[in-house]
Amino acid sequence: MTHADRIIPDRLQSPLQKRLKSWETLLMAVAIGIFVANSFASPYFLNAWNLSDATFNFTEKAMIAFAMALLIIAGEIDLSVASIIALASTAMGAVAQFDVPTFVLVLTGLSVGVLCGAFNAILVTIMGLPSIVVTIGTMSLFRGISYIVLGDQAFRGYPKDFAFFGQGYVFWVISFEFVLFAVLAVIYGILLHKTNFGRAVCAIGNNPTGALFSGIRVNRVKFILFLLTGLMSGVAAVCLTSRLGSTRPSIGLGMELEVVTMVVLGGVNILGGSGSIPGVVIAAFVMGMVTFGLGLLNVPGIVMSIFIGALLIGVIALPRLWTMWKE
Amino acid sequence: MHILKSREMILTGAIVVLMGLVATRFPGFIAPHNLVAVFNDTSPLILLAIGQMIVILTKCIDLSVAANLALTGMVCAMINVAAPGVPVPIIIAIAVGLGAILGAFNGILVWKLDIPPIVVTLGTMTIFRGVIFLISDGKWVNSHEMSPAFKAFPRADFLSLPMLSWIAILMTVIFFVLMTRTTLGRSFYAVGGNPHAAVYTGIDVGKSQFWAFTLSGALAGLVGYLWVSRYAVAYVDIALGFELDVVAACVIGGIAISGGIGSIGGAVLGALFLGVIKNALPVVNISPFWQMAISGSAIIIAIAVNTRAGRTKGRIILKNAEAAQ
Repeated sequence: MTHADRIIPDRLQSPLQKRLKSWETLLMAVAIGIFVANSFASPYFLNAWNLSDATFNFTEKAMIAFAMALLIIAGEIDLSVASIIALASTAMGAVAQFDVPTFVLVLTGLSVGVLCGAFNAILVTIMGLPSIVVTIGTMSLFRGISYIVLGDQAFRGYPKDFAFFGQGYVFWVISFEFVLFAVLAVIYGILLHKTNFGRAVCAIGNNPTGALFSGIRVNRVKFILFLLTGLMSGVAAVCLTSRLGSTRPSIGLGMELEVVTMVVLGGVNILGGSGSIPGVVIAAFVMGMVTFGLGLLNVPGIVMSIFIGALLIGVIALPRLWTMWKE
Repeated sequence: MHILKSREMILTGAIVVLMGLVATRFPGFIAPHNLVAVFNDTSPLILLAIGQMIVILTKCIDLSVAANLALTGMVCAMINVAAPGVPVPIIIAIAVGLGAILGAFNGILVWKLDIPPIVVTLGTMTIFRGVIFLISDGKWVNSHEMSPAFKAFPRADFLSLPMLSWIAILMTVIFFVLMTRTTLGRSFYAVGGNPHAAVYTGIDVGKSQFWAFTLSGALAGLVGYLWVSRYAVAYVDIALGFELDVVAACVIGGIAISGGIGSIGGAVLGALFLGVIKNALPVVNISPFWQMAISGSAIIIAIAVNTRAGRTKGRIILKNAEAAQ
């Protein structure tokens, strides 16, 4: 890994110039382009209910992506998020067999998420293990436990009012999931950009040793970030389980890839240190609209995954190719 | 070197104890023909673990091996269906070549564009799987469509060992020589051990990583043909998630995820350890659904043990700083 030289410009850019050149602006232009292209490509795209359906393509992933963005900015990564969904969903399914009230189900999902996050956090911060390998291991472990519990079976029989989280609408076409997504976006935006905690996250990503010497409790911050990622996976598990109405061990398989892609597409530096929540929000819209648009054009899911994989590599490769070409 | 040797001894001991435990209740498990079957069943994992080990040595990781295997396997199967007359050696050459090209694609992105390997291979993993769907149209290539020669090769007995096992043994020897007796092999250790020092000794770090990915890809391609012909079926999802077992085998085998430390012997023993567990589970009547969780736990335990053992004691200047590392 080579460090890019830190160049200090002799003239600062004006705020407007900076804003126009920013990643978010570019992404916004792409989003608008895709929106227009979609409405030309399919006559069914521009319909309030259709667009509302399209949001389900990204809301659950985006909830995890917010926490993952913070984690990646702090220089760590969590590849076990999709497996946490599987385990949380399995736990909810198991509890649902005893006819418990809905809030107990939700509480189960969230606490399993937090516990899984805590497990990752202990291994990474207290035992000092690299997060990539730890979460590759827990990715296998968490989903493995789901397979032990469920095998080739599935949990069904969730209570009727549990369906609200994934299928309910708050107002006209505005779904509960979309409202939750918007609220979480604001909360995480404030957390990252307006609080000491957010500044600490960026500082840790840029220079963990420097951050430690400036009095930031590096391990505590990382611990909290893993807990948050676990919690968000629990939230996503509640929404996804409620939307599907059943739990299989393969639930959310491969979702970690889409979450990481969303974060990277949102302009978060994969090596840590910088990134923004508005970027991730726009990236969520871009990915959601692209997959929905391709779906309307009858493109099968696995072909879309080619697109997502290429997007993940392309988003990082293109700026680097651009600088190489300019030199 | 001393620690490495002892690590391999510990692992060998663990495998023997494991087999002994199973044998106390099911003596048939350690019968020679069953041991041959276990080794043969573990051969693909051994081959992939050797490739993965080289990649991990250079501070990278290759999560696309299973997808590479599946794509190459599908291409081989489709060639066999389209032209049943193509002899097996040519098919194997195509498999190795195609695998190497797919691996080199990862390598180029890591070398020339400096993209983190985890991102590159996470991306190519899904791209390769998607491409299988595109070329096969989601259809399976079944046993009756493959030519007898195509299917017979990995099962062909030679000195009472199947060809598949012989290939694993042959590759272990070749890569042992490559890693210990050649400049390229030593450069992998140098790059992972201290990239800056490697640059000053005239080793191109990126280029070594490129070769590591290419070799890993070539082995994955070879396994692609062997896998498809052994199980006599090719479809989009073959070996799904197998990359996790491969990483697990390496970590168990004592290959340090931070690069620079590891040996072919370790990778092979790590793979055998997982292979013995996998084959013992049905014998001791545990559902195969346990296997995923066991692999996961094995990764976590092994990485915890490795990191503890490999941590060098330095002079502590600031207690808190030491704790944060």
